[in-house]
Amino acid sequence: MNRYSLAVMISAALLLANSCLRRSESVPVLKPTAFGTAIVEASGGKQFAQTGGMLPQAVVVQVNDEQGTAVAGALVEFAAVPGVSFDPASALSDSSGQVTTNVSLGGMAGRYQITATTMDKAHRRVELELEEIALGYQQTLGRRLNDQYCDRCHNSESSAERVSNYDNLEVKPHPFSEGNTLNRISDVDLTAIITHGGPALQKSALMPAWGNTLSKSEIQALIAYIHAVSDPPLTSSGPLYVRGRH
Amino acid sequence: MKETLASLWQKLFGDGVRAFGVVSLIFLASMAIAPAKNFFSEWRHYQHGYLSLIRNRSEANTLQRHFQGGIQQVWLPDLGVVDRCTSCHVGLKEASLADVSVQPYRKHPVIPHLLDQFGCTMCHRGQGAATTVAEAHNSTLAWEQPILPAKYIESSCGQCHRGALPGTPQLNLGRNLLARQGCVHCHTVKTADGKIMTATDDPPSLSHIADKTSREWIFVWLKDPQAYASTSTMPNFKLSYDEARDISAFLIANSTPMSGDTSTVSATASSDPAAGASLYGESFCASCHAVQNAAGNVVGGDVGPELTRVGSKVKPEWLQAWLRNPRAYDAETAMPHYRFNDGQVATLAAFLEAKTDSDLLSNVHLEPPTPEQVARGKRLVSDYGCASCHEIAGIKKPENFAPELSRIGSKPVAQLIFLQGMQHTLPDYIAGKIKNPRTFSPGLKMPQYTFTSVQINALTTALLSLNDRSYSLPQSLAVPGRTESDYQPAGKAGKLMADLACFSCHRINGHGGDMAPDLTWEGSSVQRDWLVQFFKNPGTLRPTLIRRMPRFNLSDSEVAELTDYIMTVYQSPMIDRDSVPNGGNSPGQVELGKRLFYGKYSCQGCHIVDTKTDKGYIGPTLTSVGSRLTAAWMIQWMKSPQSLRPGTVEPNRGMSDDDAKALTAFLMSKKGGERRTAKSASHRVPTQGPDQEVAQK
Repeated sequence: MNRYSLAVMISAALLLANSCLRRSESVPVLKPTAFGTAIVEASGGKQFAQTGGMLPQAVVVQVNDEQGTAVAGALVEFAAVPGVSFDPASALSDSSGQVTTNVSLGGMAGRYQITATTMDKAHRRVELELEEIALGYQQTLGRRLNDQYCDRCHNSESSAERVSNYDNLEVKPHPFSEGNTLNRISDVDLTAIITHGGPALQKSALMPAWGNTLSKSEIQALIAYIHAVSDPPLTSSGPLYVRGRH
Repeated sequence: MKETLASLWQKLFGDGVRAFGVVSLIFLASMAIAPAKNFFSEWRHYQHGYLSLIRNRSEANTLQRHFQGGIQQVWLPDLGVVDRCTSCHVGLKEASLADVSVQPYRKHPVIPHLLDQFGCTMCHRGQGAATTVAEAHNSTLAWEQPILPAKYIESSCGQCHRGALPGTPQLNLGRNLLARQGCVHCHTVKTADGKIMTATDDPPSLSHIADKTSREWIFVWLKDPQAYASTSTMPNFKLSYDEARDISAFLIANSTPMSGDTSTVSATASSDPAAGASLYGESFCASCHAVQNAAGNVVGGDVGPELTRVGSKVKPEWLQAWLRNPRAYDAETAMPHYRFNDGQVATLAAFLEAKTDSDLLSNVHLEPPTPEQVARGKRLVSDYGCASCHEIAGIKKPENFAPELSRIGSKPVAQLIFLQGMQHTLPDYIAGKIKNPRTFSPGLKMPQYTFTSVQINALTTALLSLNDRSYSLPQSLAVPGRTESDYQPAGKAGKLMADLACFSCHRINGHGGDMAPDLTWEGSSVQRDWLVQFFKNPGTLRPTLIRRMPRFNLSDSEVAELTDYIMTVYQSPMIDRDSVPNGGNSPGQVELGKRLFYGKYSCQGCHIVDTKTDKGYIGPTLTSVGSRLTAAWMIQWMKSPQSLRPGTVEPNRGMSDDDAKALTAFLMSKKGGERRTAKSASHRVPTQGPDQEVAQK
């Protein structure tokens, strides 16, 4: 008899402790009013931010039905490895079938896989995977050097404040996102081209030598940045953080 | 129950031998607790995990050799660092573990410091001496120093580095915002080197505000500054109708008329409807002032106030007087004194007055104020600390109006009052307070700002860097930032330069803005005739830049005064302007230079010397550079551009004397005979000088 009451008391204490630890989170549960069959990216993939930082643009995904038309009122949930946060983490799609979320990346440099999930009518999960890039100290420094010295020629897109010089060059420079080409150049060769200019590897003299302007560690930082933003990614450029894999 | 207990007692302690045996067992078991705890400790568990992680790797032998078991420690008495983090984070220094994403085995990313010299907690905070995850990473009752979230990690750089660093954009932004958004008007921020942070914004004096605007506008502005201008840095004090009514009544009643020139302009505005816009453009007002365009984008600089609705704000007489000479109303203004003639003043004023918003003031009907309202307004102005930012006649600037923030980054969590549902950490508290100050207590005076999430993170980062450690660190570690000198040019030219507000954009001898080229050595760089022409018509150099030197309509004597001063005083000790002639080079030398220009150095990638063939427009157009720069400057520039302008984009090519001289000979031959074509070409392709490039950073 006594043993029973003891067991009841212990389990009650455990339950109490558990509920205290969890701290009642009053997140309103969203009820989907519609279901789609596909989820696609509208914008916001392949951006980069500093480690722990928020992506400059929001991530927007869209829920579609079989015909490819947008579905309003479908529930979309975002998830990634712990450390990545979403604001909001789940929402119903708006009248154009879209859900917008602000993403803050985790504290370690590398690529983060983000999963957007919705349910179809049969409650099967429909998933979309996106990749975002977190830049560590070295890549952030490289990014700044890129903005100052490289971007005007190596990026073909112009902005209001800076006009691209890409179209004016007879031999076109490689944009740093061109992973297929740049991933095949070794770090030693990249260092040589940046330090001694294009002719060091029988390439165009339009690429000047930066060895007297940038320090060795600055050139390393630039290469780290180039690896970080290349698409497809360089396999040895760092880990990919995928939920559930750790 | 009782019987069972009694029989148990009998079994264990029934006689002396039994009792001795049982007590010995209990004693031995308690003796084993400590070794068992050690054996099952977390760090040992993680070290086992590490060993099994590296076992199957190709470089297992090397890693195994580097591995040391047991508790590891970085001890740096000077810095107060006792860090045992490496007991669990075993692979921090192993470059080959770059692909490992599992903690605690990741390699530390590349940073400019050595772990053995600085330890871990200098940057990451947390409890260095702890050997369990919970104690090391989280705050406990005994030690309250949780690990710093990665998004604020740059704050730790700021403990030693007082100035901007290229690799810490967030910290740099946060510090700029502290100075620019007016935080330091109310909060004292003293850094460990004893410097007090000064504000870089310049809130206007309100002592003569009745000359400038109406009470209705003040009322609307007070209620919601961003309704007038979305880019306004004035925060929202969430005033009630009565408060805004009374403060506006007091400010108008308290205002005294400006002495000095109040004569109105007799000339009438130009009849050409486009004249105002084109004068606004020619004068490069957009370098400093922004205007919202039809698409809703705010376009222009942020040095001066946004002008989208300026016609609903200022009185026409005031605007004309301001355009004629802004220094008459505000002697310290960053706005240059354009020497506009009366017709130009009338035209520009009419153009700006047309920028109105009929909705802004339409619903505001204020009764003439009663003396009680004015008195209450005065009290409110004192209560809200308006005079912390604005000069207001009769109200003293309050001292220590808001809490000092010099060590906010070490504030104990126990002293903070958190909102419900908030994480109990210092960074969350600071960020929450910046985001929504009044939610912490309706009685707080701190106003509501319109910061973005990125700005809030940056401000929090900057504030976290103001901590006890920045004071206790050895001062030899401190890296000072760029200090602003108080350089002021002397004499008549100095007065003229102050009147033209040259230092709002240009930097000379460590003083001034970053928008335009540093002029410290301008006298060595340019030819006198060119400088005279440039002052008279600056439009000829880089016609398509968004930000550009405006035409100030200077008189000949003013141009001569400025030119003489610049040519004599702003000379580099590295360059003897007259040591190299600006012409007379042999055709062979010029030809050699041309070959170097297009071949070995391929300068045409960034510069244009021949508008028919060259297209590069990163550096300035060089079609008439032979009439602009001195040969002596050019030779030195070729050899080492950064020695003349630190940070310029022009790469240092390690050029030999011979190459530099030949290239200079070629460039000096470009005297700009084909000016007409040069001009049309530069309309086609925007040109931008390396200096502007730097200025935009």
